[in-house]
Amino acid sequence: MIRVEDLSVSFGHGAAAVHAVRGISFHVAAGESFGLVGESGSGKSTVLRALSGLNPDWSGRLEMAGQTLGRQRDKAFYKQVQMVFQDPYGSLHPRHTIDRILAEPIAIHGMDEADRRINRALDEVGLGPQFRYRYPHQLSGGQRQRVAVARALILEPKILLLDEPTSALDVSVQAEVLNLLRRLKTERDLTYILVSHNLAVVAHMCGRLAVMNHGAVVEEMSVAQLRAREPVHPYTQQLLTASLGYDRAAIDRFEDFAATA
Amino acid sequence: MTQNPLLAVEDLHVDFATPKGLVEAVRGVSFSLGREKLGIVGESGSGKSVTGRAILRLVRPPGRVRAKKLEFDGTDLLGIDERAMRQIRGRHISMVMQDPKFSLNPVMTVGRQIAEAYRISGKGARRETKRRALEMLEAVRIRDPERVYRAYPHEVSGGMGQRIMIAMMLIPNPDLLIADEPTSALDVTVQLQVLAILDDLVTQRGMGLIFISHDLNLVASFCDRVLIMYGGQVLEVCDAKRLNEAKHPYTRGLLDCLPRIETGSSADLPVLRRDPAWLDQGI
Repeated sequence: MIRVEDLSVSFGHGAAAVHAVRGISFHVAAGESFGLVGESGSGKSTVLRALSGLNPDWSGRLEMAGQTLGRQRDKAFYKQVQMVFQDPYGSLHPRHTIDRILAEPIAIHGMDEADRRINRALDEVGLGPQFRYRYPHQLSGGQRQRVAVARALILEPKILLLDEPTSALDVSVQAEVLNLLRRLKTERDLTYILVSHNLAVVAHMCGRLAVMNHGAVVEEMSVAQLRAREPVHPYTQQLLTASLGYDRAAIDRFEDFAATA
Repeated sequence: MTQNPLLAVEDLHVDFATPKGLVEAVRGVSFSLGREKLGIVGESGSGKSVTGRAILRLVRPPGRVRAKKLEFDGTDLLGIDERAMRQIRGRHISMVMQDPKFSLNPVMTVGRQIAEAYRISGKGARRETKRRALEMLEAVRIRDPERVYRAYPHEVSGGMGQRIMIAMMLIPNPDLLIADEPTSALDVTVQLQVLAILDDLVTQRGMGLIFISHDLNLVASFCDRVLIMYGGQVLEVCDAKRLNEAKHPYTRGLLDCLPRIETGSSADLPVLRRDPAWLDQGI
């Protein structure tokens, strides 16, 4: 479904160039959930932005749903691939009603039955029709993220790119949104790429994952291997230790992997 | 050192009069703190941050703070005037906020800001100040303190900015540090390294620490005791080591809805069902 080969992204030129992604490759089968894990600056979000066409400056080979992707993406691409962003406070237009936010993709793609689609989309993400004419500021963070999911799904895409979809939410709301995403995936047979810094979220949502550090994939593994604490790369092991809570003794053994990458 | 607790809070209330009516952010919170690490855990809107601010009297009008008792080391914090309060802020109680981007002055070098914090505490000549500031930067594990001393906040990373904040708050050698989500903007490994610094300071200097966070796992593994807040009240107090044996359905619900690396992922996460009765169950 998704094939990434030797993807590199850099910003700036010459000596000031920053190589955000350095030649990474992975593939995701149809119906799979694939996790990209890493700390800030590891390049995980940049991979997603290159895939979604938000970042046109990349090199390598990208393939999605059988199509080789170019710099420019057409409307048909966006009907297949949609994205949900991290911050539901920033990703919804503050002066548009939910109705208008959801109607826009329908209008752009010239789809029929806007009214029915909007009601159905709201219903599917667990928001009733009473939310339809509200503004984003009248909604809680979790409700806003549901709207963002509804907006992504209203075009009936095959692939959803999720960029830290729950990290701005409280844990109880996170659980609701994660459950929603899992239910929708089964119902609609979607393929997910989930970017997160939270190993537990990725372990819960995905089947396989890649760990990134400084623009490179240090290790790719199945979630079962992660659970069995089988990762071999010291960076993954450190991330795993850190995710399990505060341990004074372990912290002194932490290394800085920035320099070696 | 006295037998009395470092901080005693009894029946603390914080209200905000808004056009839509009175919002009671904190409703009768009581706790006492010794020279230990106390965690305050809650979701957004639970009143945990307002509690921290109320202790330092940083709640601005229309917010109103009332308490039967708000005593720090024998001083009644609600009874003293603003002048006396300024003597306490920074010098005896200081606070680290969540985001270094908004808490550091962007047009002042890091060194000057730390030096200012030190001078306000009323000691030291200029040369001495700089030496202390560099020492403090080293204590929070900044590798090149001379460079960071001369740098502006935008020239350092988020993790470093947070360490600078902590250095600045610790240089007057306070008795009590209130840390409001001090590490939630940081990567996990950096987060733990910053906590290790705080931990060592509590152990070595006998400082009291109030650690406000939404992260139950982190608090359970880091603090000595935990207060669980909900709707402006404390629902439960437990030993951090025994958080897993917590009894209140809210605490249980919060623990259960966390995804975990170890367990299988076939089932949906349990969803927290809120009981309106919890709002009147504060202790």
